[in-house]
Amino acid sequence: MSARKNTAVAIASRQVLQPDGKLVDGAQPMEEEFLLEALRWMMKSRLYDHKVIALQRQGQFGVYSPGMGQEASIVGSAFAVDPARDWMVPQYRELMATVHHGLPLEVISSQYLGKIAPARIPDGVKVLPTQVAIAAQLPQATGLAWGLKLRGEDSVVIAYVGDGGSSEGDFHEGLNLAGVTKAPIVFFISNNQWAISTSRRVQSATRSFALRAAGYGFDGVEVDGNDVMAVYAATRAAVEKARAGGGPSIVEATTYRMSFHNTTDNPSRYQDPKEYEEAKTRDPIERVQKYLASIGLWDPQKEAEWSDELREENERALKLAAEAQAPRPGDVFANVYEEAPPRVARQRSELVDGRRD
Amino acid sequence: MTQRNIVEAINSALVDEMEADQRVMVLGLDVGKLGGVFRTTSGLVEKFGAQRVVDTPLAEAGIVGASLGLAVAGMVPVAEIQFLGFTAQAFHQIGPQLGKFRQRSRGRYHCQVTIRAPFGGGIRSPEFHSDAVEVQFVQSPGIKIVMPSNPYDAKGLLIEAIRDPDPVLFCEPDRLYRAGRAEVPDGAYTVPFGKAALVREGGQVTLVAWSAAVELCLRAADLLAAEGISIAVLDLRTLVPLDVETLCAQVAKTGRCVVVHEAPLSAGFGAEISATLMEEVFYDLEAPVGRVAAFDVPFPAASLEDYYLPSVERVVKAVKRTLES
Repeated sequence: MSARKNTAVAIASRQVLQPDGKLVDGAQPMEEEFLLEALRWMMKSRLYDHKVIALQRQGQFGVYSPGMGQEASIVGSAFAVDPARDWMVPQYRELMATVHHGLPLEVISSQYLGKIAPARIPDGVKVLPTQVAIAAQLPQATGLAWGLKLRGEDSVVIAYVGDGGSSEGDFHEGLNLAGVTKAPIVFFISNNQWAISTSRRVQSATRSFALRAAGYGFDGVEVDGNDVMAVYAATRAAVEKARAGGGPSIVEATTYRMSFHNTTDNPSRYQDPKEYEEAKTRDPIERVQKYLASIGLWDPQKEAEWSDELREENERALKLAAEAQAPRPGDVFANVYEEAPPRVARQRSELVDGRRD
Repeated sequence: MTQRNIVEAINSALVDEMEADQRVMVLGLDVGKLGGVFRTTSGLVEKFGAQRVVDTPLAEAGIVGASLGLAVAGMVPVAEIQFLGFTAQAFHQIGPQLGKFRQRSRGRYHCQVTIRAPFGGGIRSPEFHSDAVEVQFVQSPGIKIVMPSNPYDAKGLLIEAIRDPDPVLFCEPDRLYRAGRAEVPDGAYTVPFGKAALVREGGQVTLVAWSAAVELCLRAADLLAAEGISIAVLDLRTLVPLDVETLCAQVAKTGRCVVVHEAPLSAGFGAEISATLMEEVFYDLEAPVGRVAAFDVPFPAASLEDYYLPSVERVVKAVKRTLES
């Protein structure tokens, strides 16, 4: 365990792999194969971010919130749940977690291209839509977990929120209800230090968001959110506890948003460059690569090969998304009601057929 | 046939649906042992257990948000918000979340959720308890809005709501909860949405109303009948979907119409009715469409509510004004 540093961005206490790529004394690393797989997903996430930001700048992709800097949190948490039976309730910065959970990359990509039918979450994929109304997903996630328990399913829900979202009323209502119903859920707080331009310091006077769990009658744990092994271990423990009937937990992953809030944002207006430079030294991907290199499993050639493969994978998905059925005017009316009320049906026919009955 | 008031009719609907479908559950504040502050859920926890009749923490957004999640999990939640005015604390989970969830998931998920909420003035309740805010949800597409006015409709519309795959806001007229009994069949039956009911026939003016205002209109119609004025009363039953066809056909017959509602006048649903009639049956109208509504001020202290709410006298006056023009 590393000591908490007295810096603006506190390093979470639970750590397996240090920023320099060395294991914390006595810590148990992930199995190598598993770690390589995690690295692959983290690299995929970052390469996807780079690609779609470039596309967005060319007007070929929608407003997008990258996960850069948070890949260990995104991937480590996703690895801790079982796509076959567990449910994932994202906010919006966990794109690659939802992909790991079974949402095809071309499907979620097509959403950013404004596609309708191609962006439908496929049947059987246990992922809820991204949530832009911050923290509104939390009471919903609690209800989902509670309902799965009532129906006797062997499922756990992982719900994502950020440091900013922790200030919302829905955060309190969702977590409180989870405590009361002992719902099988893990609240994963990606504390990336920023809510757009609002610093975590302004967000709350609490020294830890994980501490709040005590107020709801369950456990919370802080973890180094840039350490994929630590994130995985902490989330996995919370998931197993929930599955065993032990109720909810908070996992607070302390990380750093190494990019902008979204493609409309400009962090140079509010971010201290020193803080950003310091965050870069804790990069979640580099530390895994350093560790793997130290045990002979990683080198620059491998990095180049993987990067090429992953870029290709991403581009294939983006191509599929771009080629998928474009929205048609009538889609304005799609997916609102099981059966459109007559007035809505008439509005549709006015728009689509240009006639007024 | 059994005689039931609205409270008993709602209770009967809940019992029938909970017996028929194991997925149906009731949640909200004080819905368990107390049976709800108006006793609409009386006896349910004893019959169906605390897993299916759940006293929740005092958190309206939590109740509605959780209902969305429960529905995704395959349950059929019937949530009670203790008073419609307190949907303000849950508004974001109703319109933007429940109403949009099907669209946001591109059709993957739907929300089979019913939100029951008593509302309306006339019972001297404390502040926020009487607010008629139903029209706020008309601007939240995706939510159906159901406003029963009598025991038979209350049961049939509630069963329809519970079975509807889309979210329904079911507003209950608390003033009429125990106003009288009517024949309400045992066993399940439904009253379809979007079918207005002509609850009184008459040739000169059509009064259009929903919920407790229907009862007010019927009393006004009785008074007017004594003066030889023949009044029809149309009960919309649901605001979304709106039965434009019946509304227009009925008003075209009388050529004169007054809309009556408990919500404030400006941008109330009466404005929507009036505009619809202008668009559809303008040339059948003999007079401008009249409106009787609450005033454009917040609901006052209970001691003043009789001055604030539409009264029989104001309805009678509005009808006479319509006949004179």
